[in-house]
Amino acid sequence: MNQYINTGNKDTRSGFGAAMLELGKTNADVVALCADLTGSLKLNEFAEAFPERFIQTGIAEANMMGIAAGLAIGGKIPFATTFANFATGRVYDQIRQSIAYSNKNVKIAASHAGITLGEDGATHQMLEDIGMMKMLPNMTVINPCDYNQTKAATIAASKYSGPVYLRFGRPKVPNFIPENQKFIIGKAILLQPGNDVSIFAAGHLVWKALEACKVLKDKGITAEIINIHTIKPLDVQAILDSVKKTGCAVSAEEHEMNGGLGDSIAQTLALYDPKPLEMVAVKDKFGESGTPEELMRKFNLDTPDIVEAALRVVKRKNK
Amino acid sequence: MNSEKEISNLASQIRRDVLRMIHAVQSGHPGAPLGCAEFFAALYLRILKHDPASFKMDGMGEDVFFLSNGHLSAGWYSVLARSGYFDIAELGSFRKLNSRLQGHPATADGLPGVRVASGSLGQGLSVAIGYSLSKKLNKDPYHVYVLMGDGEIQEGQVWEAAIFATAKKVDNLIAVIDYNKKQIDGPLHEVMPLGDLKNKWESFGWQVLETDGNDVKELLAAMEQAKALTGKGKPVMVLMHTIMGKGVDFMEDRHQWHGSPPNDAQLQSALSQLVETIGDY
Repeated sequence: MNQYINTGNKDTRSGFGAAMLELGKTNADVVALCADLTGSLKLNEFAEAFPERFIQTGIAEANMMGIAAGLAIGGKIPFATTFANFATGRVYDQIRQSIAYSNKNVKIAASHAGITLGEDGATHQMLEDIGMMKMLPNMTVINPCDYNQTKAATIAASKYSGPVYLRFGRPKVPNFIPENQKFIIGKAILLQPGNDVSIFAAGHLVWKALEACKVLKDKGITAEIINIHTIKPLDVQAILDSVKKTGCAVSAEEHEMNGGLGDSIAQTLALYDPKPLEMVAVKDKFGESGTPEELMRKFNLDTPDIVEAALRVVKRKNK
Repeated sequence: MNSEKEISNLASQIRRDVLRMIHAVQSGHPGAPLGCAEFFAALYLRILKHDPASFKMDGMGEDVFFLSNGHLSAGWYSVLARSGYFDIAELGSFRKLNSRLQGHPATADGLPGVRVASGSLGQGLSVAIGYSLSKKLNKDPYHVYVLMGDGEIQEGQVWEAAIFATAKKVDNLIAVIDYNKKQIDGPLHEVMPLGDLKNKWESFGWQVLETDGNDVKELLAAMEQAKALTGKGKPVMVLMHTIMGKGVDFMEDRHQWHGSPPNDAQLQSALSQLVETIGDY
């Protein structure tokens, strides 16, 4: 069994900030925009080092998206940044027309996604963003799982030509992906080979899936853990190859079941190879205030929930 | 340098194109592009420094125009074709299946002259501001133009952009409002009055000019003045008074022609009022 070591809890948004600082030095076309959340997005160092390429837009996200589209027309690589809530739902039409339909090289970097935003409550806990963004033609959707992967994904997004939605979070979570691991947009990562069930996980649920894998091993089930960091384009081949071997699947994500990663996997299985699937996701609910850990438990997004889903789906397979 | 006569001639031809294009598919928005025919003609013949023969998406080293009120597409396509961005025969494909001339402007099929989709209102000023910033970052000294509708500025995003452009000293931008005082549902002052527009934009920190947009001489003078106001640390706004439906007696100043096509008899009557100056497509 592969061992993944938590090298210390870190927030994914800091991985974004670190990547931006690096990109500021290595790519003169990279521009950062922020709607009054510079500290939250970990862009202070970028703003200080590259003031001419940092654009404070104030609390005006619609305008920020349009400005990003305009900068992209002029050959720049704009990263439009704010919380996931304000980066998607609030500005859906701006993204749809000026960025996605117009196919502009804009990177939408969204922090504080999901329920782990915590105490601020449901107004700020965006759980529908992946669905909204993946429905847009031309849009690439990435949800990295830890600090190192967020940093790598940000750099990969800067090198990719076209609109990208990059989703990350607020809390400090285990950092376990090797720093030098290659990040290829659209290419899933096999973290743990297994034979009995495929667990496809994104974002903060990837570490929990690895923990669930250990629990399942003690119950005599070997789970294959696959990190789907890119929800669109989905690595259909990796999913089908794994499920062909295991015969059943669990999806795990910090997002609404409707429109999320599980929804994409269900579509893939239904179209090409129908197999039982269980989804660990938020089930048609808004979030609420609480600590991230409390909320992950209450909304059934925790390690035991992945274990139970795996046991259920294996039972369904064997029926 | 193109003469005022040439600009007036092109404006008349744009009007004929607009009506024929919209009549052919019995759909489209004739009112506003008829009112902006002089603006389109003056802009593309005289104001813009641009290279129609070799369209570049990034617009480096030339002036760039954005159409925010995308429903003026017929007028824009006409002037783009007639200034050499693409063949005028393509105007006949307007709004038809498999055409690059979509109902509202789009970039998906690579139509030269178009750099961003528009139609959902209120977005073009932000895009133009972002593009103006890219020109500054690229040390490209050329100007950026954007046209908006007067009804369009009821959208809140426009005012986010208005604040931003002043705060960030976007002074290589000239915004123009097609002030025809009409919108789909009726006269603007009935649907949603905008108050004193000059005062509003000035209070947001813009340099504001007013002009008659259907008088070529006055319009050219205003646009030259607008250019002279660039580079002074403030964005520039031209409130361009126009008449919706201009040039066709039964359409003039009537909001009912915002988005209705002329029938056969109406087209004949309209075309009889507009000189075919350059030749129909």
